Amino acid sequence: MNAIVKSPFAWLLKREYWESRKGFFWAQVWTAVVLLAITVLSIITLEVFRSRLGMSINVGANGTDMNALLNNALSHNMSLVVRGLDASMLSFATIGGIVMTFVVFFYFLGALYDDRRDRSILFWKSLPVSDTATVGSKVVSGALIAPLITVGVILAAYVCNQVIYSIWFAAHGLNPFTLIWAHVEPFQVWLHMLAMVPLYLFWALPTIGWLLFWSAAVRSKPFLWAVVIPIAAGALNSWIALLGIPHINVGFFWGQLVARSLLSIIPAGWVTVMNPGNLTDAPETIRHFGSYAQMAHVFATPELWIGAIVGIALIAAATWFRRWRDEV
Amino acid sequence: MNAAAEAIAEQPASRHASGSDMVVRARGLTKRYKNAVALDGTDFEIGPGRIVGLIGPNGAGKTTALKAILGLTDFEGELSVLGMDPRRERPQLMREVCFIADVATLPRWIRVHEAIDFVAGVHPRFDRAKCERFLSRTKLTANQKVREMSKGMIVQLHLAIVMAIDARLLVLDEPTLGLDILYRKQFYQSLLEDYFDENKTILITTHQVEEVEHILTDLMFIRDGKIVLSSTMEEMGARFAEVLVNADKIEAARALKPMDERTAVFGKSIFMYDSADPEQLAQLGEVKRPSVSDLFVAIMKGTYA
Repeated sequence: MNAIVKSPFAWLLKREYWESRKGFFWAQVWTAVVLLAITVLSIITLEVFRSRLGMSINVGANGTDMNALLNNALSHNMSLVVRGLDASMLSFATIGGIVMTFVVFFYFLGALYDDRRDRSILFWKSLPVSDTATVGSKVVSGALIAPLITVGVILAAYVCNQVIYSIWFAAHGLNPFTLIWAHVEPFQVWLHMLAMVPLYLFWALPTIGWLLFWSAAVRSKPFLWAVVIPIAAGALNSWIALLGIPHINVGFFWGQLVARSLLSIIPAGWVTVMNPGNLTDAPETIRHFGSYAQMAHVFATPELWIGAIVGIALIAAATWFRRWRDEV
Repeated sequence: MNAAAEAIAEQPASRHASGSDMVVRARGLTKRYKNAVALDGTDFEIGPGRIVGLIGPNGAGKTTALKAILGLTDFEGELSVLGMDPRRERPQLMREVCFIADVATLPRWIRVHEAIDFVAGVHPRFDRAKCERFLSRTKLTANQKVREMSKGMIVQLHLAIVMAIDARLLVLDEPTLGLDILYRKQFYQSLLEDYFDENKTILITTHQVEEVEHILTDLMFIRDGKIVLSSTMEEMGARFAEVLVNADKIEAARALKPMDERTAVFGKSIFMYDSADPEQLAQLGEVKRPSVSDLFVAIMKGTYA
């Protein structure tokens, strides 16, 4: 283990983290802080309005203990509580995932471009590090480290959120242990997210490769090249189709070529190749799509593997540019 | 500094050692860009324990030659650096070769301690204690970001890192451009005092020739992609001479086929000679060794090739 931590590749990962910690870590933390602040503000608002209206949920007007009633009622319908908790975890995950998508997109777009622009590539290249290792460390950072940090912050945010609720519940005499902490389901949901990380790496490869390719290949404005080319090509193909001239299937072009080259870094983007089943209930659908069996199913689809191979080829091309591009 | 340079110069001229001992050996080195030839089948050799100045006008191929040596560009011809091919064996080569290309190429986001940690992590020949000793002489602090430093401080950090790497070849491409005079003097002083020894070789390109002149042991002039002069400083001193000639002897001076003539004060002229007879020159006036920059100008004028 020590040998791994001290290996040059681990230092490359550390360097990527140092450079991108604002996006990888702090963007997630601040997002979670904002969400937690909203929770606190909602609770305060509720309390203020309650006291203005002179209501009390501690003791009923006729002396009956409302807590006992509430506890009793909830204990008869715990699945509702669990769903609430799951939803809380999933809402942190959704927002964290959206933030991560933007961070990782721009991370890869700049990964092999920013240090050419500020010429610090000349410093990195003065060290005994191969270009393959450099590019490899960037792939691992964006596709593995960033999602792991995101998943970690989601868990921390969930726990903080439930601590806030526990304090609130306890202040009203409700038992937070039976209501919140006795349930393992949200943590199971979290484990599913953790299990999605390796799948994410494979699924995201075509977009990672596409962004790294332009990041390494162009002299300036990698964003324009990376984004305009697929969209313009998609539009052109649609236009040709409109004219009735032989063309590539429009749905395939947008869905398989454009989307896979630009949008595969959206977490859980592989739901498009999943077996939908006939589910109508939203929580059930989410549970179904997050199941280990369905994740394993994605690993058996040609979409995943063809995309991964194309992605790896693009990463190899990016590495070639990194090695041989003359002007920085 | 002069004493140090002379001590070095008195060592046996190792540049005449056999080819395999050479730090750099180029044969027919050629690099073509789309519209131009940057290196035109040039040959040169650099031996161990030398400080070589590669001097040439803009666009002469200096940077391309350095890039080829550092494995940063593809080329035609033969080039061996420390017995390795920079194209194929670049990561291994960079364990023994270090370079400072341009000023201020350290990434702006990095902190002093991060830069040191990182280099210590990836470079097997980096001596952390040494680097920290160099830094203790500066005002840099461990948590300082490059973004917050002046150009001079960035170079101090870069130099501290590079000098703590036990490399066999150090390449400096305009390392002091845009620095003020104090930092420039300090830069070369540190290199001589704390870094250079008989096992190391330093290759420098710079426009500020006067500043490196006294530390060089060897000189290479490059023009139009070819090395047009490669000489030790002693050879250069023995071969080239500059004479301050009074107006009455100007015709006699011209008769000795000077490679360059320029006007000095009080109607005198300065003549430069290549391999002239020292006794004849002494009769013309005061003889001295030409400065590298005057020699450079004379050679680059095209009156001599």
